[in-house]
Amino acid sequence: MWEYTDKVKDHFLKPRNAGEVEDANAIGEVGSMACGDALKLSLKVDENGKVADAKFQTFGCASAIASASALTEMLKGKTVEEADKITNQDIADFLGGLPKEKMHCSVLGRQALEQALAQYKGEQVKEKEGEIVCECFGVTDLEIEKAIRENDLSTVEEVTNYTKAGGGCENCHDNIQEIITKVRAEEMPVAKPTLTNIQKIRMIEEIIEREIRPSLKHDGGDIELIDVVGNRVLVAKRGTCAVCHASEQTFKNLVEKKLQELVLPELVVEEVPQ
Amino acid sequence: MKTIYLDNNATTQVAPEVLETMLPYYHDFYGNPSSAYSFGGQVGRKIQEAREQVAALIGAMPEEIIFTSCGSESDNTAIMSALSTETGKAHIVTSRVEHPAVKVLSTHLSDKGYRLTEIPVNREGQLDMDRYQESLIRDTAIVSLMWANNETGVIFPVEEAAQMARDRGIIFHTDAVQAAGKIPIDMKNSTIDMLSLSGHKIHAPKGTGVLYVRKGTRFSPFLIGGHQEKGRRGGTENTASIIGLGKACELAALNMEEENTRVKSLRDKLEKEILGRVPNSRLNGESLNRLPNTSNISFEFVEGEAILLLMDEFGICASSGSACTSGSLQPSHVLRAMGVPFTMAHGSIRFSMSIYNTEEEIDFVIDKIPSIIEKLRILSPYWKPDEQACTTGA
Repeated sequence: MWEYTDKVKDHFLKPRNAGEVEDANAIGEVGSMACGDALKLSLKVDENGKVADAKFQTFGCASAIASASALTEMLKGKTVEEADKITNQDIADFLGGLPKEKMHCSVLGRQALEQALAQYKGEQVKEKEGEIVCECFGVTDLEIEKAIRENDLSTVEEVTNYTKAGGGCENCHDNIQEIITKVRAEEMPVAKPTLTNIQKIRMIEEIIEREIRPSLKHDGGDIELIDVVGNRVLVAKRGTCAVCHASEQTFKNLVEKKLQELVLPELVVEEVPQ
Repeated sequence: MKTIYLDNNATTQVAPEVLETMLPYYHDFYGNPSSAYSFGGQVGRKIQEAREQVAALIGAMPEEIIFTSCGSESDNTAIMSALSTETGKAHIVTSRVEHPAVKVLSTHLSDKGYRLTEIPVNREGQLDMDRYQESLIRDTAIVSLMWANNETGVIFPVEEAAQMARDRGIIFHTDAVQAAGKIPIDMKNSTIDMLSLSGHKIHAPKGTGVLYVRKGTRFSPFLIGGHQEKGRRGGTENTASIIGLGKACELAALNMEEENTRVKSLRDKLEKEILGRVPNSRLNGESLNRLPNTSNISFEFVEGEAILLLMDEFGICASSGSACTSGSLQPSHVLRAMGVPFTMAHGSIRFSMSIYNTEEEIDFVIDKIPSIIEKLRILSPYWKPDEQACTTGA
């Protein structure tokens, strides 16, 4: 049995806004009965550009019904611009989370919303672009790429949970893996925020003070930070450390390990002769 | 809230008589049946009695009964044994609708280089006997066909199939986990070589299984260890549960008539009333050759997991073949093999009864199901009551 939050259960047992908005001017229809879930979202956007009414019809499991119900609640009173910012993760969060295998229910909500808003703005409702990767569920490479980017996915299983792609005959698993590798490679360079030099030095000082100096002082030793050049940390031994040759390797390892762990993995510690 | 348990093909309650028989073997007679002293030996004698009770249910000899830990272990043992004893043969024949214990194992073996033929079924879930006969070749090491299907209750003609295998010198195994205790099984007048059954489907505890191996059948053990089960299955016996399983088999033989009369009539009533009251619903699986306790019904335009959760609100327990409940994204392999349209398979519900169900319970379910389906259909974008109401019972 799936573990649903109380909020999912509540929206499933007492769905809000079920049905169709009579004078809807934004309609999104996604999914199919063969795929196991489908959603028709109908919205009435008023003259001020605000969602005056929102209703849904869902064919699907409890979390698909709850996701659609939640989405209509989230949409009411929002401007079109605000509505467009609602992500599938926002829908899941609104419900207190969804089981990972059920995330595709929230994606279905986001897809229906996109389609409805496009219709409202008078944009040509886009035909599915890209190449079909998953034949079983008719999922394209572009949809898979989008899900990977928006939800930071890194495994085939996660892609299946979010898009259903690969959940049928599994023949496309290699292709999905290729798409993941491609998208992740693009993202690598910006993956980690870099430290400014001044931030790096402050952090190194702090770690030495808090994590390293106390254990050295215990044995009557000490350490002094001389300079930081790029990722080279130049230090000098003080106190008993300075005369204890046996400790040379231990000293370098201890300091370097701590700094790599707590500041930056690329740091290298070098001892400056006194 | 009272629980109405209509999921007896998933598991069953332990019969009170079974539990009573078992309890002394936890607190008083906990000895190891292999021990030399009489404190252990008396447990060994009781296990022998259980072996006789199991043998009696299926018309076998006690020495043909091997106790295992579950139906899956029995299935695995049978297939792996045949592949090991039938040296030089590398072909396996099963059906498309087998339980995962056979289906996943045989797929796994085909990945390892064995050749696998899965016999198709028709829309009624019946085995294609022509295709079956053609599939039996010199290279075939084993045939494994289920006696009755867990999802639809459809019964395969295993006796006929076993005879065809025997004529060609091929070992025949049947997974009789759903059939045992519900329909008569008589190994004396059969050519089936190996048969699996499971305790928890017949009111014994979970963690017990049986593999019947016909005397004279070549056999190679799966679990290798001690001399238990005459070296055919190592590991200290699950004494209390085995003793309980013996009692459960005795009860099953006594209750088989009730299963095929009272339980069957409850099942028939539930089925007839639901199909009559809910438009766009249909029965999956052949009506005649079917277990007396099982009914698999599809409700168009709605999804199975949602149905189960609304039933749960009334304490009604059943199963679904929908994607969301099958643990994958596709609906049940059994319904797909039968060519049930996806639109129907996603909304399938299996009701499976036992002798503990009452008419009152069935009436309650009959009363609740139509409104549950109606509630979900109102939410469904595909449900157009005006257009579809006239196709009732399609």
